[in-house]
Amino acid sequence: MASGKDLAFWQEFFVKFYQAFIENSRWLQYLQGVATTLWVTVIALGIGIVLGILLAVIRTSHDQQRPGHRNLLLGFLNGISKVYITVIRGTPMMVQLLIMSLVIFKSSRNYTMVGALTLGLNSGAYVAEIIRGGLMSLDPGQMEAGRSLGLGYIDTMRFIVIPQAFKTVLPALGNEFIMLLKDTSLITIIGGKELVDAAQGIYNRTYEQMFPLMGVALIYLVLVMFLTWLLGILERRLHQGDRH
Amino acid sequence: MIDIKHLSKSFGDHMVLNDISEHIYPGEKAVILGPSGSGKSTFLRTLNLMEYPTSGSIVFDGRDITDPGADIDSIRRQMGMVFQHFNLFPNMTIRKNITLAPVRTKLMSKEAADDLASQLLQRVGLSDKADAYPNQLSGGQKQRIAIVRALAMNPKVMLFDEPTSALDPEMVGEVLSVMKELADTGMTMVVVTHEMAFAREVGSRILFMDEGQIKEQGTPDQIFNHPQNPRLQDFLSKVL
Repeated sequence: MASGKDLAFWQEFFVKFYQAFIENSRWLQYLQGVATTLWVTVIALGIGIVLGILLAVIRTSHDQQRPGHRNLLLGFLNGISKVYITVIRGTPMMVQLLIMSLVIFKSSRNYTMVGALTLGLNSGAYVAEIIRGGLMSLDPGQMEAGRSLGLGYIDTMRFIVIPQAFKTVLPALGNEFIMLLKDTSLITIIGGKELVDAAQGIYNRTYEQMFPLMGVALIYLVLVMFLTWLLGILERRLHQGDRH
Repeated sequence: MIDIKHLSKSFGDHMVLNDISEHIYPGEKAVILGPSGSGKSTFLRTLNLMEYPTSGSIVFDGRDITDPGADIDSIRRQMGMVFQHFNLFPNMTIRKNITLAPVRTKLMSKEAADDLASQLLQRVGLSDKADAYPNQLSGGQKQRIAIVRALAMNPKVMLFDEPTSALDPEMVGEVLSVMKELADTGMTMVVVTHEMAFAREVGSRILFMDEGQIKEQGTPDQIFNHPQNPRLQDFLSKVL
């Protein structure tokens, strides 16, 4: 038999749980938060990958030019890429978010999208350096073999170099994507309506922080584990050709 | 077919090729011998501009490939190259390795390329490997596939850069026999190798390189039985 003290503890536990998740259908707010979080992640991921590949290819093709035959346009683009990567990696994400929302997109009220855009632009710089590392680490013989067959630089990159580089950098990219998913929580500070914002809205009403925050932490954990599982499947598929 | 004039190449202060003038004739099997560091691989690699010469000119089929405006991709399509380390594409099946370039460069349709790949694979005895990945093959098999891949572009000349140097001894024979068959079809070949028996049997002309220059050249009989240059005599005494 439970003592009276135990009973009081469990009673309070259930009341708090009820307030945090069930009362007024609050679980719907978490669900909406998760949806926004995932949506922001997908947009930022898309921007990050496209921008990252672009920057990495510019940087690599610039560095792979033969001496004495430098392309001016490529030199210019390379300069821009280097400055961009330096600035993005050299300033805190929080500051970037505030600048984007309070200075550059001052008049926009779509805080969630401004946040997604900022995260994507930020991620692009990191993805660029990860992919560049993969491109540089590949045996130069692969590029030579492609070119010796009469394939152009872009075709060789597209069919031979990038697919192999992608495979090598997948673990590092996975790491970056996990960080990105969790960093979406930062957009609350500019008014983005995602998961953490949902939790804040609820505990500001109930004055009970533990359950909403624990719930949110658990949701992130499950999302990250799901993403890790997906990346594992992708990695196994990409290693098809490695069977001996 | 390939006309090389005053070709020089330096890496920094190090002069690898020193004013080479030479001609590769249609149908000949030119075998380049020489000690390591003599510049023979670099010489071969300048012929399809894998290495850019510091000075001099290379004219292939009437086109100056060292001209900055030359369409190097279209020139390379006519010059097959086989590398020491095979350089097959590990992310594709053997069939895709062979058909990628002919299809992408619009040399032939996908169906025609697949047919050609099957034919060529049969010729080198690897028909059953079409859907395998490179990492599932032995070194000798990889190199035979690499030769097939280059042949699929229907090149006018084949360049071999030490094609058997990375192979286990028991696999050298299978690659050399494919090269011999290719030689018998009349293909123009330039081969850098350490296989003296191959040079003697298949070579129509032997070029001996040392210190970035062609020190002596002639028929296999002249080079192997009556060497004149003291460096060549010294080299042969070590390798034969």
